[in-house]
Amino acid sequence: MTTTELAVSAEGLVKRFGTFTAVDGVDLAVRPGEVFGVLGPNGAGKTTTLSMLATLLPIDGGRASIFGVDVASSPHQIRQLVGVTGQYASVDENLTATENLVLFGRLLGHSGPRARATAGDLLERFGLQEAATRQIKNFSGGMRRRLDLAASLIAQPPLIFLDEPTTGLDPRTRGQMWSTIRELVAGGSTILLTTQYLDEADQLADRIAVIDRGRKVAEGTPEELKTSVGDSTLHVRLSDKEQTAAAARIVERLLGEAPVLTPEAGGLTIALPDADRAADVLIGLRQASLSIATATVRQPTLDEVFMALTGHGAEQSDSPETDEEVA
Amino acid sequence: MSAPTQTLLPQGRVTPPSERTLSVRPSVADTWRQTLAMAWRALKKMRRNPEQFFDVTIQPLLFTAMFAFIFGGGLAGSVEDYLPWLIPGILAQTALTASMATGTQMREDMDKGVFDRFKSLPIARIAPLAGPMLADLIRYGIAATLTLLTGMAIGYRPGGGVLGVLGGWLLTLFAGWSLSWIFAWLGTVARSAQAVQGIGMMIMFPLTFLSNVFTDPKTMPTWLQKFVSVNPVSQVVTACRDLINNGDVTAHVLWAVLGCSIVVAIFAPLAVQSYSRKM
Repeated sequence: MTTTELAVSAEGLVKRFGTFTAVDGVDLAVRPGEVFGVLGPNGAGKTTTLSMLATLLPIDGGRASIFGVDVASSPHQIRQLVGVTGQYASVDENLTATENLVLFGRLLGHSGPRARATAGDLLERFGLQEAATRQIKNFSGGMRRRLDLAASLIAQPPLIFLDEPTTGLDPRTRGQMWSTIRELVAGGSTILLTTQYLDEADQLADRIAVIDRGRKVAEGTPEELKTSVGDSTLHVRLSDKEQTAAAARIVERLLGEAPVLTPEAGGLTIALPDADRAADVLIGLRQASLSIATATVRQPTLDEVFMALTGHGAEQSDSPETDEEVA
Repeated sequence: MSAPTQTLLPQGRVTPPSERTLSVRPSVADTWRQTLAMAWRALKKMRRNPEQFFDVTIQPLLFTAMFAFIFGGGLAGSVEDYLPWLIPGILAQTALTASMATGTQMREDMDKGVFDRFKSLPIARIAPLAGPMLADLIRYGIAATLTLLTGMAIGYRPGGGVLGVLGGWLLTLFAGWSLSWIFAWLGTVARSAQAVQGIGMMIMFPLTFLSNVFTDPKTMPTWLQKFVSVNPVSQVVTACRDLINNGDVTAHVLWAVLGCSIVVAIFAPLAVQSYSRKM
């Protein structure tokens, strides 16, 4: 095993359920130490892909290796390298937080005292020590996720799979989960996460693969994906919305293309051939004595990226929700 | 609850994969430790869900008394004369019912998220099945003890002495444990816990009633006698009668132990294989 070995290398992964192909030839290359995001709507095949890589589902086609170890032929070794945190917290409802962590420690071969010490330590680090003796069924969604992630860290795996780590969490808990993930990366872990939230992938991932209907439709850094869709856009809002039409004429004269107007708010959305032309537009408006309330130049959002890549929005999908059935 | 500020990893950094030694497969000692850990989990669950004990507490009391008083006079002349015949039979019946519950509960458990984690851990595939089955020996023990005590309360005096009764008790536990592998396998192939229960009933009724549990098969038609004589439940019942009533380790005892071992040898690998492939 060399240090340049890929953390995850998958070629042409296929998973079929009857006649339905849930994953249809997905390639992934995750480098050690990075956060790799798999982005896609419900039912796109994200969870199924992760389940195959984690040995939870047999691989129907293609091949995959983790740190150079073949997934299909060496499942027991793979399970020593990967920590899995599921979409639905996979901890035992009937046990307390401490008992859960002690159980997983014992299963990993730790002695009783060591398992209890690790459990106490992890509960403290995850801010769960007050809930240590409570049964999980009395836990909030956020606490379950944290405990679930804590359970994945007992073995200190070099690679962590996070399947939709923040789905269903409130914004504050979500932020806590994000900082937790960043700390894991700082400690040298490699992270493969799935998400249907575009801002989450944007915030956390070094690189993103966009999956739709079992196929990878794009891959790159968040920046690359956004630039691949188009150039920057200038959003201008005028102080006096009566002047919207006048401003539109100036923009059209300068750039040769009419902007998209929202006259009721005095807004203009101006597609820029390149970001530098924003200055031309702003100077033109100033010379015509049109006063500007706000002006922003920004790249397209990942929502717009998704729309452009797949022809449909990220939140809806007409493919069956296979992810849930096999999760 | 606040965001953790210190590092999440006890040693600060994870060991890179290049510096790790990976085990190829779990050793026998590992497998045993993991099974014990899973049994510990099952015991914790039992303590928190006491309704899991209903079938092994109510049923022995009810069935023993009920069948003794209903059939006793008609089949053996009196309740006292029927008890030596009935009690070992009820022991086997209770073991069978309790082992079916083991399969049903295990299936229910497998639908929970925690089984995803068990599958993702580097542990022996048999441990999540064998652990709860080991813990369920407690349930069979309670059922067998209560059956014997109820019998004695209504006049049963086992002739085999302490050792004979202990032998019969142990055989009941072993039979329950062995048969539970059938229902565990059923649990891994059936669609739901309800399905396990339904199919289990269809297996359980013929096995208990088309046997020598309640009456001597000599009174049955010849074709039925043939089935009764190969029914493993009949073997266990006859063995229990020899042990508890006479204190004899007869050939029936050996056949019963062998029969139960064969059940384990067939259904344990089937259950583990189907669990690791399909669940």
